[in-house]
Amino acid sequence: MIGIIGYGGYIPRFRIKVEEIASVWSADAKSIKSGLNIEEKSVPSIDEDTATIAVEAALNALKMAGINPKEIGAIYVGSESHPYAVKPTSTIVGEAIGVGPEYTAADTEFACKAGTAGIQMVMGLIQGGYIKFGLAIGADTSQSKPGDALEYTAAAGGAAYILGKNGVIAEIEGTFSFSSDTPDFWRREGIEYPSHGGRFTGIPAYFKHVVSATQGLMSKLSLKESDFDYVVFHMPNGKFPLNAAKILGIDAEKLKPGLVVQRIGNTYSGSSMLGLAATLDIAKPGQRILVTSYGSGAGSDSFSIKVTDLIEEKRNKTKKIQDYIDDKEYVTYAHYTRLRRGI
Amino acid sequence: MGYESSVPLFWRLIKPRYQLIGNKCTTCGNTFYPPKFLCPICRKEGKLEEIKLGKTGKILTFSIVRSAPTGFEKETPYPVAIIELDDGPRLTSQIVDWKEEDLQIGRKVEACFRRIYTDGKEGIINYGLKFRPI
Ligand SMILES: [Zn+2]
Repeated sequence: MIGIIGYGGYIPRFRIKVEEIASVWSADAKSIKSGLNIEEKSVPSIDEDTATIAVEAALNALKMAGINPKEIGAIYVGSESHPYAVKPTSTIVGEAIGVGPEYTAADTEFACKAGTAGIQMVMGLIQGGYIKFGLAIGADTSQSKPGDALEYTAAAGGAAYILGKNGVIAEIEGTFSFSSDTPDFWRREGIEYPSHGGRFTGIPAYFKHVVSATQGLMSKLSLKESDFDYVVFHMPNGKFPLNAAKILGIDAEKLKPGLVVQRIGNTYSGSSMLGLAATLDIAKPGQRILVTSYGSGAGSDSFSIKVTDLIEEKRNKTKKIQDYIDDKEYVTYAHYTRLRRGI
Repeated sequence: MGYESSVPLFWRLIKPRYQLIGNKCTTCGNTFYPPKFLCPICRKEGKLEEIKLGKTGKILTFSIVRSAPTGFEKETPYPVAIIELDDGPRLTSQIVDWKEEDLQIGRKVEACFRRIYTDGKEGIINYGLKFRPI
């Protein structure tokens, strides 16, 4: 059985409230908050980027896995904000956590689902017998044009998953993907901020892919909505995942533990992976979790994950997602601008 | 602090800088960081072994940098402290994620992975360890 043997997250400490951003643009904070179902978002410090977030998350995952890092045979880091245009983030992570040099590594890109694509790649290498353990990370420090609607949600954070066959805390029962060429969100090389298709990002993009991948997974594994105790969907805001659940006939309560977006914003490649980590933090042995990521451009990876007895003893070895959510310091818009421009 | 932007030097220091790898003299039992080529106490009699140091320690002394050297201007004000690791060695490092009340002698800190220095817009990004209050 292939599964998660350790996981960990990282969220920078700074937060900015929707009210603080709205006041700068003379916008109505109340309607923005209810429209996006979000309170505040995380902001990286001046010396934090996707690599530093990935390293911190990976160290937490390694602590839980309790393995010698030299046994990790693959590292994939998914992000749309890799610090270098050319030079991998994955080798920085490998060196910082003591992996290698005998391992394969690559950075993956697919908007917000580059991290879950990495999980699938690691699953394949383990299944094929090429590696014993593999590490997949989704991390981002997302950028938004000042004044753009994205400014309320574009946040920073990441999560790391070590997969293997021994010491599994949650079995990955299966995965199913759904992809198509849909230009809902993009950024050209050398351009600082991304562009998006406004309302076009909804029905034909997010909902079509999330719903299709989820339905595909359930029919492939002969499972139905009621077989899942918890559900995590990619969280571009606090509304979309709840609407996707409604379309699929899933009880909104099942999304609650993983709906981290309200307190930290959209962490892009980190989003669904942090939601899963927050859910694993509270799930009981035997419970089943459905996770579906979404990446613009567009595609979704869906997973069925079943928690094992081992989770109880292993998950207390590392910091919980809730610990990171609670450990925060608010910044003003001026301070926020200084932090974001610093890099 | 003497951060060099020379790529080969940066590369040679990656391992000790990323992972807090120091060394220990098995003759006298002292640990060193950064790793030494020769035990300063035992000289030729010393036998040095590479060890991974623990990430926690405490602040021995600190000062707040308000007028920073080139490359660090955007980070001011920031504290720089001499930290004594629980494993023994002392080192100088920037303190991050701090509040006024964290800046105290004896305050417990732990290492975290951060950007140290960026060589302009086109150069290499130097990563390494800084310390945060715990
Ligand atoms: Zn000695």
